Amino acid sequence: MARLELRNITRRFGDFVAVDDVSLTIESGEFFTLLGPSGCGKTTILRMIAGFEFPDAGQILLDGIDLVGTPAEKRPVHTVFQSYALFPHLTVGENISFPLRMARHAAADIRQRLKEALEQVRLGGKAGKYPHELSGGEQQRVALARALINRPRLLLLDESLAALDAKLREEMQVELINLQREVGITFVFVTHAQVEALALSHRIAVMNQGKVEQVDEPARLYGFPRNRFVADFIGQITMIPAQVEESAHGHRRLVVDGLGEIVTPLPQGVVIGDKGVFAIRPEQVRIGVQAELAELKNHFTGEVHSLLYQGDVSVYRVRLPNGTMIEALLPNSAPGRAELFKVGAEIKVGWRHDAGVFLHE
Amino acid sequence: MNDERKLSRSTRFPRWLVSGPPLLFLLLLVAIPGVIMVFASFRYPGEFGGLAPLAASDPQTLHGFTTETYRFFFSDFIYVEVFIKSFVMALATTLICLVMAYPLALLIARSPKRSRNLMMLLVILPFTSNFLIGIYAWMIILGPQAALNQLINILLGIFGAAPVQLLFSPFAVMITMVYVYLPFMVLPLYTNLEKHDPALLDAAQDLGANAWQRFWRVTFPLSQPGIFAGSALVFIPAIGMFAVPELLGGIGDIMIGNLIKDQFLGTRDWPFGSTLAILLTLAVLLVVWLVAKLSGRGGRYA
Repeated sequence: MARLELRNITRRFGDFVAVDDVSLTIESGEFFTLLGPSGCGKTTILRMIAGFEFPDAGQILLDGIDLVGTPAEKRPVHTVFQSYALFPHLTVGENISFPLRMARHAAADIRQRLKEALEQVRLGGKAGKYPHELSGGEQQRVALARALINRPRLLLLDESLAALDAKLREEMQVELINLQREVGITFVFVTHAQVEALALSHRIAVMNQGKVEQVDEPARLYGFPRNRFVADFIGQITMIPAQVEESAHGHRRLVVDGLGEIVTPLPQGVVIGDKGVFAIRPEQVRIGVQAELAELKNHFTGEVHSLLYQGDVSVYRVRLPNGTMIEALLPNSAPGRAELFKVGAEIKVGWRHDAGVFLHE
Repeated sequence: MNDERKLSRSTRFPRWLVSGPPLLFLLLLVAIPGVIMVFASFRYPGEFGGLAPLAASDPQTLHGFTTETYRFFFSDFIYVEVFIKSFVMALATTLICLVMAYPLALLIARSPKRSRNLMMLLVILPFTSNFLIGIYAWMIILGPQAALNQLINILLGIFGAAPVQLLFSPFAVMITMVYVYLPFMVLPLYTNLEKHDPALLDAAQDLGANAWQRFWRVTFPLSQPGIFAGSALVFIPAIGMFAVPELLGGIGDIMIGNLIKDQFLGTRDWPFGSTLAILLTLAVLLVVWLVAKLSGRGGRYA
């Protein structure tokens, strides 16, 4: 049985449909992420699971039992809030043991579990400190420990890393992955940051305007986005209008106006006459001077239009003969050289026969 | 928001220009009179009020400095009793105000933003009428011929109890003091409660706290600075109040304020009046210090 199951959940605020007939299944022990732009309904879903919002229609099943009638304080579901929401008048120890005291655990039990929890998040010596005396990362760990100490069946994380600076965020991501593996609790994470979602999750549900666009593992989501929204929202991607035509042998083939055929796997269900876009990630596009690209099934001549030096990589925008711009990512393996190819130079562009996806209109 | 902007603008003025006027005001009207009063309390009263001379040619005339007034104060328990009574009166006023103001402030703080200002306006509306008019109004409401008193006595009569008089009683003093000071309790409480992060209550609920626990574990401890501020704002003026006991209290309901007023206007014993005033100030400072210590402990996170 799934740990959490959302069945046809709908939530309206006046005329605005925040969550539109969403169904999701989250397995036990999974790190599941709801990813989407602000206002897509992901936080509303989280608040409905926590019990702060109630669906207008649908069911929320935790281990098969409908949660909808249960108030938030009675649900075995704890949340790590975006602002952490640590109690400023309580010490770190008092904050972390709060759920145990609310559940009226015995003092000895509280002491024992607090000790374990503090060690788990490496806050051993900080039990007597107040939240404002801690760094952002430490506050984050207090919030985590507090939400985990009573061993909830589900841990909800609401944009929990958003308040940290970039460096710390990366560290916390690693910590979060390890922690989740260690405690084995099901995590439901809400974020608008796709990098975070890709790094942390076992599976991701991409949401847009109250609907789930795609649910998949990170690599599949990135590699095989199902539609233009998902392709565009996750990572960088170049989209070139293309259509499916009939080849000389009667097969399907993808054609771009002014470029000719593009060799790429066409998904089943795509039929001759379909229009859409050919989408390809910048790191799949190779650029070079001549020979090394000749063996690639897809190769074209283009002109360097602009380049963006980013330190580790440079992003080249290349104008193809038909006028489309395609982005190519080039690692800067030679130190001290920002510009391998000059703007305006003629250049070869190519990619493998299995790169890129065709996205239906 | 508005206040912050004003503040940042005022920081462009030199510091002395900002702090100067209030400093001068306090120096002239608080510090200097205070010092004069301390001196006055150690002197003899003049024959027709005022103070006796410091030096006199006739040795029979009282002159110079003395601790007589202080000895007099502690020689008769009646004065200490008035102090204790005033203290109890002020404390009761403070507690009643707190119990009444807290739910009100909480209600306003949790109301939609649009209606909060209107509700606060209603709270401070009594300030717009004269303080004495409010007191006279209470005299009429509580008067023996007024409907309220009559109704109570009819009810008491049914149960066979003796009729009571509401006016000129500690009850009348209390109810009017609460009326006068209630807004002073609501204002700081509201200011505090309004600042509370609603996410903290969500977090508490999420972690298993029911409504009762959320109030006592989160809202109440976080509102301690507001409770202490409001209590100080009510207690300090209440302990020195003289108009209300004068007009609505009975003979036995006088407070320190009345005693002091009588020394200056009635008995014309300025040194003793000064002594009473100084002892009152010291007592209030002691209380404020205690409260500050307590709130320092409660407000450690602020």
